[in-house]
Amino acid sequence: MIYEASWTAVIVFMLFVIGTVALSFFLGRKAKSSAGYFAAHGQIPWAVNGVAFAGDYLSAASFLGICGMIASYGYDGFLYSIGFLAGWIVALFVIAEPMKRLGRFTFADALDAKFNSRGIKAAAGISTLIVSVFYLIPQMVGAGSLITPLLGFPHWVGVVLVGIVVITIVVTAGMVSTTWVQFLKGSLLVIFSAVLVVMVLARGFTTGSDPFQTIGPIAAADLSAAEIDGRAVIRADDGWQEHPEFVRLAAKDGVGFDIFHVESTADSDQKLLRQAQAITTRGGEEFIDGAPKGKAADEKQLQPAGYLSELPEGKSETGALGPISFLTTLRDSKVMLWRNTKIAHPSAATTTVYFQKETEGPAVLRPGEHPKFAGIRSEESMGSLNFLSLMLALFCGTASLPHILIRYYTVKDGAAARKSTIVGIASIGFFYVLTLYLGLGAMTSGALDLTDSNMSAPLLARSISDLLFAIISAIAFTTVLGTVSGLILASSGAVAHDLLDGVFGVELNESSQVRVAKIAAIVVGGIAIVLGILFKELNVGYLVGWAFNVAASANLPALLMLLFWKRTTKEGIIWSVVVGLFSSLGWILLSADTYKSVYGLDPADALAPFSQPGIVTIPLAFLTLIVVSLMTRPETASDES
Amino acid sequence: MKPSSSPTSPERQYNVRLGLILFTIYLALYLGFVLINALNAQLMETIVLAGLNLAIVYGMALIVIALVLALIYGTMCKPEPIEPTAAEATDQEEST
Repeated sequence: MIYEASWTAVIVFMLFVIGTVALSFFLGRKAKSSAGYFAAHGQIPWAVNGVAFAGDYLSAASFLGICGMIASYGYDGFLYSIGFLAGWIVALFVIAEPMKRLGRFTFADALDAKFNSRGIKAAAGISTLIVSVFYLIPQMVGAGSLITPLLGFPHWVGVVLVGIVVITIVVTAGMVSTTWVQFLKGSLLVIFSAVLVVMVLARGFTTGSDPFQTIGPIAAADLSAAEIDGRAVIRADDGWQEHPEFVRLAAKDGVGFDIFHVESTADSDQKLLRQAQAITTRGGEEFIDGAPKGKAADEKQLQPAGYLSELPEGKSETGALGPISFLTTLRDSKVMLWRNTKIAHPSAATTTVYFQKETEGPAVLRPGEHPKFAGIRSEESMGSLNFLSLMLALFCGTASLPHILIRYYTVKDGAAARKSTIVGIASIGFFYVLTLYLGLGAMTSGALDLTDSNMSAPLLARSISDLLFAIISAIAFTTVLGTVSGLILASSGAVAHDLLDGVFGVELNESSQVRVAKIAAIVVGGIAIVLGILFKELNVGYLVGWAFNVAASANLPALLMLLFWKRTTKEGIIWSVVVGLFSSLGWILLSADTYKSVYGLDPADALAPFSQPGIVTIPLAFLTLIVVSLMTRPETASDES
Repeated sequence: MKPSSSPTSPERQYNVRLGLILFTIYLALYLGFVLINALNAQLMETIVLAGLNLAIVYGMALIVIALVLALIYGTMCKPEPIEPTAAEATDQEEST
């Protein structure tokens, strides 16, 4: 799609970003000591910290990724919502209070509280760094996606812009301002998502505004005729002959062609032709349906999608709906989802054809429509294992994310940690209920960009009003800013506090420790910018799923066993973190999804049997800890220490 | 700095126990949801309440129940005797 930058959007957006940076300058003036920089002196009120949890946690992945996945495939995206929230139960009931009691600035502090070992600090510090960087990638990808439609810049400009703004925030400020910025963002995101959902419900569903043509049903034999529907058929050559499911007809206005997907009907002699859209890339240039991409008369652009093909009882509009009737009406309707196929032409060009697939309402309200989840509807056990593994990683991952864990040090005591987690659960849970409506609303909004599912929620807002689009995009962008600053802060803490000071024994006074942390923040920010540009194509929700896998495998087993198993030794902790970290990382790098999307290799060659490592690597890390701890039991075991 | 070696107060023991009980309840519910999806996905299409299918009702319920359990925990937790946290303890060490 081609986006036009609107002035409202640009102004609202700039106000948000400038406001955020100004706020962090203002609040950051006082953060000169380590306790201030890393942990806001432990003086953030619990209610504020709770909403800041929401700000930290409801990242680009939650907002953009989940909504995008629901908009493209229905219910499956909501599985992430459920898993992401369930993880907070582990955080509240098991991790929150001990974490607060044991540590001081970082996750490594808590792990190391009993042993004071350099090895633990090194393992935990490295794990914090790697998990943070992994989690940073989707945030940066999301930022790039947002900037394109909003300001008209290319994707990489968005990534670089976020990187620079965030580095500025982190370097000037630290935890106090990061917390307040998160608080603001968290509240704005939840409030405006609720506003958007109310407007979606008030608008209800409509049919009939669909710009895509349907021809037929026609006799199957007519498909090989020279003309269909009075229009010349373009001969299938240059690779098109391999794809008889597509037929190209001369365009009515003579610009490019119109492409149709041939569908079977109940009568095997009758075929239905539904209009599709094709993007061809040849020599670095893009062509839409055979014409150059652009807005001039002899150019074409991709049409926005997302329509209902049928409402119950043949109605053409429903009027306002309630939260339940919205879902039941959709259940009784038919919706046009879009799928795509890639065609490689011998003439060194590639075409992606997006075609419509009429889908019964119940199919978008049940799990298993997304190709990554389709395994649960098949007989194959790998699909179910992959699903179980993801849900396990989401459950265990939340309480192992470094930027969430450090937020426990910004409040006064264990009770405040508990209360702020409850506030966090309330705001995050409410938001996740909204994601289902946002996603399904976007699915039927007629505003979807087929090439970028991450934009579904903001485009839904644009289908209602430009101002709302500007506000929602600006909030989404600042949400990215907030999460990224939290992550960079966590990694800079790991470098300055855990690795340099704790491991290498470099004696730093308070202000040089803060200075080192700031330099580390710049470096990590730079790495995140590069990775954000490289991983542009992937759905951000999916990327976050992987970050959860790594976090859960590396951090949770060590943390849990330290709290509940007295025989845990320091060697056990070190090995558990190392094994969990590298086994999950290695698994992901060898999985079919990475082969396909990152290396461009045949996914069938992948070594890992399924994509999500959690179900193997989390137990593996537990096992490692137990075995190593038993092997390294001190001789003079005074177990009751 | 050995917080875990200090004798735990009965209040804390009560709170930890409460947390673990509530955690187990939620774990069972979550496990139920995940296993139905993994082993018998068709069951999720059954209409159970107000015209909504099991997938939506169970999913929404998991979100609401998380909040309810969190609130129960928040109200039932007993206040623990004030004990310096690790951060305060080290701050005091440093200042002396």
